[in-house]
Amino acid sequence: MTTVITHTRLLTGRSLRTLGRQPAYLALTLIQPLVWLLLFGELFRNVVELPGFGGSSYLTYLTPGVVVMTAMFSAGWAGTGFIVAMDRGVMDRDLSSPVSRTALIASSLASQSVTIAVQALIVMVVGVVAGARFDGGVAGWVVVVVAAVLLGAVFAALSDAVALLVRQQEALIGISQFLTLPLTFLSSVMLPSALMPGWVAEAARFNPVDWAAVASREALSASPDWSVVAERLGLLLALGLVLAWLATRAFRAYQRSV
Amino acid sequence: MPRTTRSGPAITVAGLTKTYRTRDREVRALDGIDLEVEAGTVMGLLGPNGAGKSTTVKILTTLARADSGTATVAGHDVAREAAAVRRAIGYVSQKPGFDPIGTGKENLVLAGRVYGMPARGARARADELLERFGLTEAGRRLARTWSGGMQRKLDVAMSLMHRPQVLFLDEPTTGLDPQARADMWAEIERLAADGLTVLLTTHYLEEADHLAQQLVIVDQGRVVVSGTPDGLKRSLSGDAISVSLAERDDLPRAYGALAGLDGVTELARDLDTLRARVDDGALALPRVMGTLDAAGVRLAAVTVSRPSLDDVYLRYAGRTFAAEVAA
Repeated sequence: MTTVITHTRLLTGRSLRTLGRQPAYLALTLIQPLVWLLLFGELFRNVVELPGFGGSSYLTYLTPGVVVMTAMFSAGWAGTGFIVAMDRGVMDRDLSSPVSRTALIASSLASQSVTIAVQALIVMVVGVVAGARFDGGVAGWVVVVVAAVLLGAVFAALSDAVALLVRQQEALIGISQFLTLPLTFLSSVMLPSALMPGWVAEAARFNPVDWAAVASREALSASPDWSVVAERLGLLLALGLVLAWLATRAFRAYQRSV
Repeated sequence: MPRTTRSGPAITVAGLTKTYRTRDREVRALDGIDLEVEAGTVMGLLGPNGAGKSTTVKILTTLARADSGTATVAGHDVAREAAAVRRAIGYVSQKPGFDPIGTGKENLVLAGRVYGMPARGARARADELLERFGLTEAGRRLARTWSGGMQRKLDVAMSLMHRPQVLFLDEPTTGLDPQARADMWAEIERLAADGLTVLLTTHYLEEADHLAQQLVIVDQGRVVVSGTPDGLKRSLSGDAISVSLAERDDLPRAYGALAGLDGVTELARDLDTLRARVDDGALALPRVMGTLDAAGVRLAAVTVSRPSLDDVYLRYAGRTFAAEVAA
């Protein structure tokens, strides 16, 4: 167990060092969410006059949703790191060394989490600067970051597993894109569930993207219902652990192919 | 430097088979490979692309699993004791295994630390290896800025960080320029001199000839023949002798004279040259020249050559190696 933690720390360090030396990458991944935030924020400004928004501005409603979307889109790319490692000899070197499979997945999730936490805070700050108002205080912001990180872990684990199964950049990105947009629109990221058709609202209850959005928005409200927050975060954590475990199993599929 | 303490075979392989299945076809990569590598020796696994060299190495390094057969590395079964095998080996795959966005030293330190080396020990060992491979100057630069030959050395150095007992080098010089290849050969020779067991795959005959004490030639997933490079060459009876004539018109007369000579076999001719195989080139040469002189044939050049590994490959695999590699 201590070996797994040591390996996770070492490999996470490697990933973060790479990220730190290519800061342009982090900046690029932020352009898209900021465009959404400012474009959709303007476009749907008057949508709050509909019931279901609780009287706040649309930007206030949308900002935690964009944090959630950013986490999902960003984490969907996690598996590309594995594909680069497979195309080079890095994966083969790691797998023929004592590095544990758990540490390879855990370090991928950990370095992804750092990226997502930074992105979440930047999106929140930009939202506030643009006019969003959050009543929840520090605890609310912490929940937003935790929810984003947990949702990121769910999608990063999925992305890692798919990368090990398909072993192709194009296929991985295709699958990731196929999932992300429908999951966004089958959630309360853009619109509250009260405004959704019944079946969409029903589907959203089983959507991890919705769990993260609901938990974040609840925690940022003036008087949060913490049981709602805890339930959604618990669901995200459980799903993340299951997917991370499945991802460690996917190494077998990769090793059958080499 | 790495040193093997145990004696006896460092690698044993018996009856390994492996078939890769994709949706539309099956490829029999290994069809019953047997081999043994003595501790402290360099074994060359030689064969054309697709012969099964890399598949064998991947099974021995615990990356892939065999369908049947057994293999041990440093006394541990590769299927049942994978963790022990991984600690005992170093592996340099065909593809680069370093992080291009890390410096040489960072790559080395990480490679050592995943084997449990403490940070200070890993840094000292990294400096030692950078020095040994002549990379000290480059050690602080990102590896992606290094030349191909330096990057290959970094791969080898990384696999030596934890002082493995057995080192696997999968086509270590493929893609290197002649100078970088010569450098790499020198490094591998030094590792061998230090007593490290090395299994080297290559499709360069001269590389195997130069570096390996033992050779296994594989083709289509089977061992075609094994032995020492010299032993394999000796197993081809005799040397090749080639006689170029000063006068083309003398060819029939010269052919007639040599055809009757004892110990001369496989006599062949083209425009102005006769080729034959003799048991011992040094002994046969005076007789051949004497006979031709007596027949009044004037000579332009005479060469005697020992059989090459190409001849060995031709004999046992039934094809010339050059044709196979080009195919």
